[in-house]
Amino acid sequence: MAVELTCIVCPRGCHLHVDDDLNVTGNSCPRGAVYGKQEVSNPVRTLTSTVVVEGSGHLWVCPVKTDVAIPKGKLFDAMKEVNAVKAKVPVHIGDVLLKGIAGTEANLIATREILD
Amino acid sequence: MEKRDLVIIGGGSAGMAAAVAAYDKGVHDILILERTEFLGGILNQCIHNGFGLHEFKEELTGPEFFTRFVKQVEERGIEYKLSANVVGVTKDKVVTYFSGEDGCVEVQAKAIVMAAGCYERNAGAIGIPGDRPSGVITAGQAQLYLNAYGYMVGKKVFILGSGDIGLIMARRMTLEGAKVLGVAELMPYSNGLERNIQQCLKDFDIPLYLSHTVTKVIGKGKLEAIEISQVDERMKPIPGTEKRFEVDTLLLSIGLIPNNDLLDKAGIEASKTRGAKVDSRMMTLSAPGIFSAGNVLHVHDLVDYVVAEGRTAGEGAAAYIKGELKPSEEGILTEAGKGIGYVVPAKLDLDAPGDALEVKFRVSRPSKNVYVVYSQGGVPIKKILKLAIIPSEMEIYKLPKNLLKADGGPLTVSLEPKEEK
Repeated sequence: MAVELTCIVCPRGCHLHVDDDLNVTGNSCPRGAVYGKQEVSNPVRTLTSTVVVEGSGHLWVCPVKTDVAIPKGKLFDAMKEVNAVKAKVPVHIGDVLLKGIAGTEANLIATREILD
Repeated sequence: MEKRDLVIIGGGSAGMAAAVAAYDKGVHDILILERTEFLGGILNQCIHNGFGLHEFKEELTGPEFFTRFVKQVEERGIEYKLSANVVGVTKDKVVTYFSGEDGCVEVQAKAIVMAAGCYERNAGAIGIPGDRPSGVITAGQAQLYLNAYGYMVGKKVFILGSGDIGLIMARRMTLEGAKVLGVAELMPYSNGLERNIQQCLKDFDIPLYLSHTVTKVIGKGKLEAIEISQVDERMKPIPGTEKRFEVDTLLLSIGLIPNNDLLDKAGIEASKTRGAKVDSRMMTLSAPGIFSAGNVLHVHDLVDYVVAEGRTAGEGAAAYIKGELKPSEEGILTEAGKGIGYVVPAKLDLDAPGDALEVKFRVSRPSKNVYVVYSQGGVPIKKILKLAIIPSEMEIYKLPKNLLKADGGPLTVSLEPKEEK
């Protein structure tokens, strides 16, 4: 069944049409075609959240993200694991705080430097 | 009185970009004054990704984006003060600030870049009918509590206004276990970016009620419920369309306003956006040497454009300090014509660097198949066909200088429907 969707690769928001054979039309750039195909066959999202950070004098939580996008259906499972993670200072951008989140290939990494 | 070449008010994206650009143009005596405890501005609480596609050609979260600028500031040894609250600016370029460390300090600057960002329109500004319980807060404030301090403001949430911060908070609070019951938008179209409608609402089956508004807030002490109603073409609620939602939190995402009070009080002329009137180098028209960039000038959708504007202001300030930029009476004034909400800058400066001059604007309402027409002195000089154009996305056009005449009168941007054949 053909699907109509809005491209979310960039803020432009092209209106994509994806047919049964995963052919994409309506995109303005090649990234839109990749997204359209992916979104219909296996939708993925980068998860961003925060984890508790210990040992900082001025921050309570440290922002985090998955280093690659994970299947959309795994977002809530991943959140359960995120909420059990604790980071300790010093934290650097890219520090791996949890490997293989929710049974995926993705790692949870810090997105902020917290030195003290 | 302390003396500085360049004082920058605000250590967010625009301010840091301006500082780095001015430094790289040879002005090294710079002071950034930041009101909060951190450089980075609003990106401190924007932990989601999607930043930097233009600037760094990759997708970063807010904290990753601003950290790159903090590093650029620190590599150059540019001085900044945190928890330093600016309370006054004069046209003679005296900046007054307070900080716990320094007390009250006056600084005489040769140039100033105003980069103080924007603030949120709040409940008082729209006069929602009903009770005044706790639990009604702006979306950005809830975002600060959650992303910077780790506090959830509620468990059952309704959101008024489809601005981007509200949409992003709908997703964020859903992921943290809250139930978001819906988003009401007064206009018949969303005010948020399309990607946020998709990723933040549709992904989680959160309904978006277009042409709806909150018509009643109910709760003694704490919010208990809200009522929304559909509105007609004149934005008046239609009786009989009420829907009730039992919620403990109402988030407001109903607009951002440039935080331009300091320049207003200094008597610097403001534009339709409520930011200062500036020229192509981001220098205010009524106070030479005072520049303005980022959300304090007009509210942006993308930080990448904020950074670009900050850079223009920083380079302009460096040129002014070095005596290379003289205030001039000349230049081409800009006007928002039919279908256009506002135009920045207020004056195009043919002496500004480059072969083209940036014209930024927003349309008043969504349109399809229209020409954006640039006219000077009433004569069209450029027409560009747009298949779709919406108010939530700022348009930027680089207008070639050779189309403009120094004495050709004001430049008007307007929309014209495409003739059907």
